[in-house]
Amino acid sequence: MNLKLTRKLKEVIASRLMLLITALSSMLIFVMILGLFLKARLILATQSLPELLLSTSWHPLRGEFGFYPFILGTIWVTVLAMFFSIPSCLLTSIYLTEYASAKIRAFIKPLIDLLAGIPSVVYGLWGILVVVPLVKDHIAPLFGYPTSGYCLLTGGFVLAIMVFPVLISVSEEVFRAVPHEVREISLALGATRWQTVKHAQMVPRIKGIIAAIVLGFSRAFGETMAVMMVVGNVAQVPSSVFQPAYPLPALIANNYGEMMSIPLYDAALLLAALLLLLIVLVFSVGARIVLLRIERRVV
Amino acid sequence: MEKFKPHISVEKLNVFYGKHHVLKDITVKIPEKQITVIIGPSGCGKTTLLKSFNRLIDLVEGISVSGDVRVDGMDIYNGKIDVTNIRKKIGMLAQKPYPLPMSIYDNVAYGPRIHGILKRKELDRIVERYLKVAGLWDEVKDRLKSPASRLSAGQQQRLCLARTLAVEPEIILGDEPTSALDPVSAKRIEQEFIELKKDYTIVIVTHILRQAKRLADHVIFLYMGEVIEAGPAREIFEDPKEARTRAYIGGEIS
Repeated sequence: MNLKLTRKLKEVIASRLMLLITALSSMLIFVMILGLFLKARLILATQSLPELLLSTSWHPLRGEFGFYPFILGTIWVTVLAMFFSIPSCLLTSIYLTEYASAKIRAFIKPLIDLLAGIPSVVYGLWGILVVVPLVKDHIAPLFGYPTSGYCLLTGGFVLAIMVFPVLISVSEEVFRAVPHEVREISLALGATRWQTVKHAQMVPRIKGIIAAIVLGFSRAFGETMAVMMVVGNVAQVPSSVFQPAYPLPALIANNYGEMMSIPLYDAALLLAALLLLLIVLVFSVGARIVLLRIERRVV
Repeated sequence: MEKFKPHISVEKLNVFYGKHHVLKDITVKIPEKQITVIIGPSGCGKTTLLKSFNRLIDLVEGISVSGDVRVDGMDIYNGKIDVTNIRKKIGMLAQKPYPLPMSIYDNVAYGPRIHGILKRKELDRIVERYLKVAGLWDEVKDRLKSPASRLSAGQQQRLCLARTLAVEPEIILGDEPTSALDPVSAKRIEQEFIELKKDYTIVIVTHILRQAKRLADHVIFLYMGEVIEAGPAREIFEDPKEARTRAYIGGEIS
């Protein structure tokens, strides 16, 4: 009787404890948003949000906190990275799912996955040592722009390489989700493999592909270290891809903890963090919803 | 053996899946504009044989094929041959009706588009024609743009038939094409086949003996990867020469 009671008690305690811990970790995101908001409120009290977001003037000492250059920098780096990575990643994942034999796939896939494990700082170093000089001495001269090499193009390129493994594996999943029958039917009708990919797999699944890409990039958006090392970090609105920029994550990482005596400075940085968090959240939740709905429809 | 004009002739076909010998020294002829039914217990290699006719077994990883498969006298495993041409010539109907994830219209138009027919009018004509041949036109003519997945299973299989016919093949392969259908829909598909044999050479795989008896002009009995007996349907069903054929038809082995 006694044994039975303790068993039961342990069971109750264990399950409650696990529930509590799970609840805490799942609430973490809301706690973070709330915390950031409470801190950022100070700056929101002095200036309106649109003002902060659209002003180009970043002079903390004068109390001017315009986020526009940073937001633009973030968007540009991400867009460039998408431009470089989407075509090559799509083609890679199509090759791996549709053309490659099992042997080739077993050989290539781990090599790509390995890229995901390389520390961000190593990508940054590689960017400085290889991509920066390449852009400075070879690519920019082609277009007649003088540049130090520390610029948007370099940042976008390095970021593109970093999202390769994620993007390849999410788009590979989308293609792999295509039932084998679709492939068979299309080929049996006399289509070539490429026609099959294009008409039977890509076009009907364009939403899924876009969602996969967005999901891949919701991570890229907040990527800090490597981009920060090569993008120049100048608080200006860039007018070409050969100019330096200053993305939001770099702004936060470079400045938080320093110059904190300036009034409202930390509130401004925390607002930047909040913005970044919310944007990434909106993108990844949106993409997940689209992907979920597609999966359900296929079943 | 009865004389006929073979549309497909197979000689000494051997298929290995890894080390597993799936088809052993198959030599058969498929008569033109008749229904040939391949019977045999599950796992005897019926589907593999069928898919070797349009080289769809190429898709199976780790498969190796030797021997000859000739369609209209042309060796289809010859390296110089364009596989897409063979597959255009040989339509296939799968076990489970599987509409492509697009509209009814686009399903039928898929094949013709692949082969370069892009004019709207011509596509309209093809879609109407083959939906009629497949006996589906009256049921879907007002909702050609709606997703094909909304059709019932029986309608879907007729749609698949229309899609197959739309590339104007000469040969139609059916891999247990009625096994996922209710009896009424299955009956309709069977009737379609009987009508189609005027114009097409048809090869059907089935493990339903009664269906084989209803449809077959010519029968191939496959057992454990070997052709045990092949010939006109009446001979095979009424007077089988081989003991194993007799046992299978009598329901003793399955």
